[in-house]
Parts: sequence; C-alpha cells; structure tokens
Amino acid sequence: MLLRGTLINIELLLALLIVGLLVGTVIALLQVYGGRFFGTLASGYAWIFRSIPALVLLFLFYFGPSQFGVNVAPFLAATIALGLRSSAYQSQIFRGALQAIPNGQMMAARSLGMSRLQAIVSIIIPQAFRLSIAGWSNEYSSVVKDTTLAYVVGLNEVLRHARIIIDRHYDLAMLAYLAVALIFLVLTYAGNWSLGRLEARIRIPGLQIGGEL
Amino acid sequence: MSLLKVEDVHKRYGKEEVLKGVSFELERGETKVIIGPSGTGKSTLLRCINQLSPPEKGRVWLDGVEITHAHAKINDLRAQIGFVFQSFNLFSHLTALRNVRIGPIKVKGMSKEEATKLAMEELARVGLEDKADAYPAQLSGGQQQRVSIARAYAMRPKLILFDEPTSALDPELIGEVLEAMINLAKGGMTMLVVTHEMGFARAVADEIIFMEHGVIAEQGNPQQMFSAPKHKRTGEFLNKITELYGETD
Repeated sequence: MLLRGTLINIELLLALLIVGLLVGTVIALLQVYGGRFFGTLASGYAWIFRSIPALVLLFLFYFGPSQFGVNVAPFLAATIALGLRSSAYQSQIFRGALQAIPNGQMMAARSLGMSRLQAIVSIIIPQAFRLSIAGWSNEYSSVVKDTTLAYVVGLNEVLRHARIIIDRHYDLAMLAYLAVALIFLVLTYAGNWSLGRLEARIRIPGLQIGGEL
Repeated sequence: MSLLKVEDVHKRYGKEEVLKGVSFELERGETKVIIGPSGTGKSTLLRCINQLSPPEKGRVWLDGVEITHAHAKINDLRAQIGFVFQSFNLFSHLTALRNVRIGPIKVKGMSKEEATKLAMEELARVGLEDKADAYPAQLSGGQQQRVSIARAYAMRPKLILFDEPTSALDPELIGEVLEAMINLAKGGMTMLVVTHEMGFARAVADEIIFMEHGVIAEQGNPQQMFSAPKHKRTGEFLNKITELYGETD
C-alpha cells in the first residue's frame, strides 16, 4: 500500500522535474540573454515563486480555481504549483551556470558566423548544463521531499497512505512513518547517485571549472 | 579594390576614446602586422573590424561590402573573417576535431562527413591530426592555438584577424604557432596580425602598422620601419620589443 503511494510520489517527482527543468531553463535564458524587459520579467518570476511558501502555492492552485467553478485534479494542481516553484529554483541554478561560461566562448562562436541563438544552443547550453548538475542534485533532494506536500490537497501519495494505515491501526504509527522516512532515504540516494553518474559520464576531460559551482 | 578597407574608425569605452580615427587598407593576399604599446586600441580595432565590438563612427568594407552598414548580413560577413584570439577560446566541451568542423556544419551547412574530412585535413595542416579526439583542456597552449587557427581557416575566410596569438603562450610554444601562421601567409591568406613577434613581422609582413594613443602613428614596410623609422617613438618601441621578445626568425 505504501509502495503504491510511493509510485504516485515518483510520478509527481518526474512531472515536477520536467516542468521545473523546461520552465527553469527558459527563465534562466531570459534572465541572461533576454535583454532588460524579459530579464526583469524572468527575475520577477523567480522572485515570486521562490518567496511564496510551497503550501500556500498548493492551496492557491488547488482551491483557487474551484472558486470560479474550475475543478483542478490534485495531481495537476500539485504539478503546477510545485513545478513552477521548482522551475524558479532551477532557473537560478542554470543562470549561475550560464554566467559562469567565459564570454570568450560566445565571442568565438559569433566570430565563426554563428547567430546568437546558434551560439547559445550549440556552445553555451551544453557547457552550462554540465555545470548545473551539482546544483540540480541539490534541487532534486528538495523536490523529492516536496512531493509529500501534495498530501494536503488530497493526492493519494505515500504519506496519505501512511495516514490511512495509522487511522486503522494506531499502534503502527511509528512504524509507518519510519517506513515513509526509509522510502525517502532510498529515493534521495538513488536520485543523487544517478546524477553523480551522469556528471561523471559527461564531464569534459581535463576541464577544471566543473568543480567550482 | 582592396579586400579590407577601414575608414576613420572611432571607438570609446565609457569616457575613454580608445580609437580616434583609424584608416587603412589591406590588399588580397597581404599580411599586415599591427604593433604598439598596450592600451592603444589594437585589439579593439580588430573587434571593430568583425563587429564583435562595433565602432561608433567610421566604416569598414570587406571585399566591397560594407560591414558597418545597418543592414549588413553580419553573420554571413563574420563567417568570411576568421578570428584567432589571444586566449584561444576553443569550445571547451568539444574535441579538437569538433571545434574545427562545427563552423562549417552550423554556419555553412556542410554535411557531417564532409566537415569531418575537412577538419582532419586542417588539423593535419597544423600538425595535430593525432590530437583530433583530444579536448582543449588536454592540449598545450600552443596546440590549442594551432587548433584555433585550423578552426578559423576551415571556414575558408577571406581574411583572418589575429589578436596577439602568441602572447598567452610559454616561450617554447610560440614557434609552433608562428610556423602555422607563416605557412598560412605564404599560402596566400590575407592576414591582419596584432603581435609583438618582430621575427614574424620581418618574415612575412608586407607592412607594419605602428599604433599609439588610438591612431596609426606610422606605417611602412618592415625594412624601412626597422632601419629608418620616420618617428622617434616608432624606433624606440621597436628597439624595446626587439629587446624584450628577441628575434625568432
């Protein structure tokens, strides 16, 4: 039963990471290359979604629309609320990485006749991506735990299953919560291990700047 | 018609006017060397030519096309102007081979097979075919600079600009880079080189341009510049750098 709940957490986790990665990348690119207008817009976005507590965001996206007669499924509400929140954090990781790429890389690309967009896509992003992995590993640890917050909007995730067990067998409370804790230890370890493997795999041979972030 | 024409180029950074009206021309197949004290705008001039840092005033033509024109197809024009940086600026996530072939693929739309073949030839030209799979951080400075020369030449530019290509190198690595440049010059490449290497200037330069305080103070062929400079400052400067850098030819 707990494991079935865990599957929901993993699904939500994947959804959050994908939303966070896609939106976060766009926000970071706008912040660095978007000029003053889009840069300010992107900074504002990052500020808003990093400032509002996760629970408040969840309530806003779950209960907010229902006031206007729009019912949002718990999974969708959680994906939007926590995904956008993660995108704000991920954008800052990626922004730092983009800014860490020496300006000479862009100049060399432009001097070959590449457009700005070509240079960003072929030269800057692949390098910034590698620099981001350490930061993402951190963000993963925090997002994986955030998935339990979806409990409050009624998503049948692992913590809710634990509650159901405990409601029936109060004497199992300690055991159930410990089991949930164990599940998150495993999830966090597995994620960080995979990202560590990825980092080692795509490390640029001989290059030193990877360790600076 | 000259291949490159620079007319009254001005450039300022903040309050300081770095270039105060520079004009000169470069004929097809010529190599000109720009010398002068640091902070005189030599590197800025190169960046004004390929518009990495556009001038505020003045005009630049490449092969009759005005680069500084508001509607110039700047990416197309830059593809015709090679640039070799002091700090190499090889793409650090790409192997030597990929560094050389990415321009022809992305900018000229060449097929991967064709570009790979071309890149191998260019690496061989600078003596680095055995380093094709090495990443920049695995190469010495001299090797990196030779790859960057190959990267520039693989685009078959009409002109290559060199911005102090040997200044960041250990002395024992300078020779191999100069050799690659001399080979290009002798092969008919049009080159504009900012350098302190007087041996190189003597060996291949058709003309030496001496810049000081944002203007061209004097220009002439190497013999005349070395033996009978018109200005006292030119002679002093040449003596000083010859003393510092020696003559490597």
